[in-house]
Amino acid sequence: MNAALSTRGGSQEKMTENGMMSRAKVLTIDTINPTVKKVEYAVRGPIVQRAVELERELSQGMKKPFAEVIKANIGDAHAMGQQPITFFRQVLALCSYPELLSDNTFPEDAKSRACRILQSCGGHSMGAYSASQGIDSVREDVARYIERRDGGVPCDPDDIYLTTGASDGIVTMLKLLVCGEGASRTGVMISIPQYPLYSAALAELGAVQINYYLNEEKCWSLDIPELQRALDEARQYCNPRALCIINPGNPTGQVQSRKCIEDVIQFAAKERLFLMADEVYQDNVYADGCQFHSFKKVLFEMGPEYSDTVELASFHSTSKCYMGECGFRGGYMELINMDDEVKAQLTKLVSVRLCPPVPGQALMDLVVNPPQPGEPSYDNFIKERTATLSALAEKAKLTEQVLNTVQGISCNPVQGAMYSFPRITIPEKAVKEATEKGQQPDMFYCMKMLEETGICLVPGSGFGQKDGTYHFRMTILPPSDKLKILLDKVKEFHQKFTQQYS
Amino acid sequence: YSLNGVPCRGKVLTVDNMNPNVKRVEYAVRGPIVQRAVQIEKELREGVKKPFTEVIKANIGDAHAMGQKPITFLRQVLALCSYPELLEDNKFPEDAKKRAQRILGACGGHSIGAYSASQGIECVRQDVARYIEKRDGGIPSNPDNIYLSTGASDAIVTMLKLLVCGEGRDRTGVMISIPQYPLYSAALADLGAVQISYYLDEEKCWSLDVAELRRALNAARQHCNPRVLCIINPGNPTGQVQSRQCIEDVIRFAKEEHLFLMADEVYQDNVYAEGCKFHSFKKVLFEMGPEYSSTVEMASFHSTSKCYMGECGFRGGYMEVINMDPEVKTQLTKLVSVRLCPPVPGQALLDLVVNPPQPDEPSYITFMKERTAVLSALAEKARLTEQTFNAVPGITCNPVQGAMYTFPRITLPEKAIDKAKEEGKVPDMYYCMRLLEEEGICLVPGSGFGQREGTFHFRMTILPPTEKLKVVLQKIRDFHVRFTQEFS
Repeated sequence: MNAALSTRGGSQEKMTENGMMSRAKVLTIDTINPTVKKVEYAVRGPIVQRAVELERELSQGMKKPFAEVIKANIGDAHAMGQQPITFFRQVLALCSYPELLSDNTFPEDAKSRACRILQSCGGHSMGAYSASQGIDSVREDVARYIERRDGGVPCDPDDIYLTTGASDGIVTMLKLLVCGEGASRTGVMISIPQYPLYSAALAELGAVQINYYLNEEKCWSLDIPELQRALDEARQYCNPRALCIINPGNPTGQVQSRKCIEDVIQFAAKERLFLMADEVYQDNVYADGCQFHSFKKVLFEMGPEYSDTVELASFHSTSKCYMGECGFRGGYMELINMDDEVKAQLTKLVSVRLCPPVPGQALMDLVVNPPQPGEPSYDNFIKERTATLSALAEKAKLTEQVLNTVQGISCNPVQGAMYSFPRITIPEKAVKEATEKGQQPDMFYCMKMLEETGICLVPGSGFGQKDGTYHFRMTILPPSDKLKILLDKVKEFHQKFTQQYS
Repeated sequence: YSLNGVPCRGKVLTVDNMNPNVKRVEYAVRGPIVQRAVQIEKELREGVKKPFTEVIKANIGDAHAMGQKPITFLRQVLALCSYPELLEDNKFPEDAKKRAQRILGACGGHSIGAYSASQGIECVRQDVARYIEKRDGGIPSNPDNIYLSTGASDAIVTMLKLLVCGEGRDRTGVMISIPQYPLYSAALADLGAVQISYYLDEEKCWSLDVAELRRALNAARQHCNPRVLCIINPGNPTGQVQSRQCIEDVIRFAKEEHLFLMADEVYQDNVYAEGCKFHSFKKVLFEMGPEYSSTVEMASFHSTSKCYMGECGFRGGYMEVINMDPEVKTQLTKLVSVRLCPPVPGQALLDLVVNPPQPDEPSYITFMKERTAVLSALAEKARLTEQTFNAVPGITCNPVQGAMYTFPRITLPEKAIDKAKEEGKVPDMYYCMRLLEEEGICLVPGSGFGQREGTFHFRMTILPPTEKLKVVLQKIRDFHVRFTQEFS
């Protein structure tokens, strides 16, 4: 039975079993948007679907070699037991149900933040649409935060766009940038390995992905000659226009040095590339000697030759750092040196979707405008924030240590972010079996790990890696004691697997 | 060249080398007139003297911004979900606490801060399916066919994205009403799909005529590959509530012509006129028997932004897909996974909308009181609006049968049309701009939604509180008379 597809006039007939004519559907895998078919997103891909299936089987009482599935595939802190910041949730509750403003279980600073937010909302309600660029007073607070963070470098609230998570801002920016056909099609540089939102968005937009390899031997650092190599090659078949960098890195966790960031900016200026700096993990820096340097700050410290000219978008989110409020879909982007007419087009484009979720905007306001010394909630806030960040630092260290004790696993220091991306040696026999099964070797490895231990990781092939190398990405989010068990099980599995395929 | 003679280069990203589709996008509901309204508000705050003291934003279907109150129960549960310590607080009724606990139990780490499944929290999708079944007299709904979304707009755009393929004359064509809610035209421009306009019949209360569908489709077949038919019911901007017969006819047409049906039903509770009733496309589809119900591919859309909730800011919504090819469904699931999940507060809110207090529960009475008050106020304002406008010479207003808007036709004097042309403006934009500058009332010109050539309209919401609405209507009446006089 095949459906010979006519393109117009609608009739696509096929024979059913009883000889009756029936039609193929209007929307089939052959008539769907072809770029959608090219999209992959490994973080919630096939291995996670299998993990969900296993959870279902477990809940139905099926016997497994494990009692629970551990979803170490996704950077979801709360799902892994991290507690929300009390102050944030108090203000959000007050904003949701302002009757609580007369309730004296809430501290004054929470109430005053809530009042400020509600006053900026239509009808004093979070249920009103906000301005499409985001609530004015929140954008002002974001601008002040950025100025403080960057040692006084000025920030114009008009350059701030609140978004539905950082992903939304990133996709919107990429959409604006994509044009041209054939050899003039926009090319976008992104790291290998990368967070697969980028590859997915580029596939969907039909843009050209230009891979630059991070240096695994040098702690996943970025190397300008490699950027140059990738760019020069890409110029043969596309029009490179944008350079994306994730710092701190996902999946790699590397925190780029200030020098490196300067070099990247210089490169972008010289090669006329629009810079996109994904900085959602800016508070997640653990390693000694590492520090977060915002692209904007470095740009401005390089003087007007750069700060007046380099076009830059930087992205932040409420999903990571110490907040972990993924479900709220809060985020923003700051645009530096964007052409005014383009900005008008951007403003128009975001207006079609009306506005980002207001609870997420409110949350962002609190993130950039947290309790100050002297305010009632300050001590508790700092305590909670510190606890979360130091726990993460601890787990980063633990993860690196344990994985490096395993023969056949080598793990770069987890300098920042929330993941480890260790390299694994997979025996030839396993590679062969995987290939026979039509699976990427590290997918084969991770699937086996899932089935045998209940641990769900994401294979390195989902992020990109040098040919012939294999990795997995595992979050460092489970609580420390659970993480220890997890790491031991991973170790055990790897040893067994290596043995099995020796 | 810069001041010191050094050549300076153009920017990397300019209007000439940006995505050309984005340039084609327009969205009148927040377009130039609204930008001017915001500017005027700023001027007012800075003390600039105007013929009015406030700008009335009657351009957008934002109920809370216009003073409508949220439903108490919904906000209680949201507060409990945000800050579960409140579960100990006996100010909150038991049914609110129970709902909150159910929602939190379904969230990762029992927190609304966790990502949900990309298709949406499972128990919410189950509740949505049960709601649909109740609404449609028992017709089964599979939770697996429910996709929660970031407002209905998100799901509509996603569906259109899936449907668009082909090049040149094979490019996907999508049928949408004139007038329409300009999300559709914007999305089609962004996707580079072909918009196929079918005219609603203003003389017959904006009803849909299958003969007109057929005309539009046949004309379109010459230059594109029509694959989709979109319908908004109750209508935006027109407010018409389609009859059951009409819905059957549309379904029959979609089947005959092999079109994917998209039914935008976000105003399903906003039905005011006597003799009008909301008939869900799905219900009618299934009542037409298996020849239709097992073949016609359909997506229907709902939202937390309208009806009696008006919770626009939460960006809650869902779509139900009917008879979708399983391989396509897999692609859809994959596509939505890239954006991780819709906002969880919006998902929680949707859960309450589809699972509201029941007669035996503590919050029921207040809930019903609040819901009824909102919907009856809207019905009242719909009637008032129609009456007032129809008393103005040069304005004719179809009955506002449902939704939240009036879309009256305005007669513009020839001289005014000429003046508009001189200023490079579309005539109804010129009219609305004048109204904004003189009265501080912000409406959206009909050209932003589409209309028959040579006709002019504006869209105004019926959302301001009744007393304020009366004043707004009177000011528009006075303006129209003045304007007509000025250009006579």
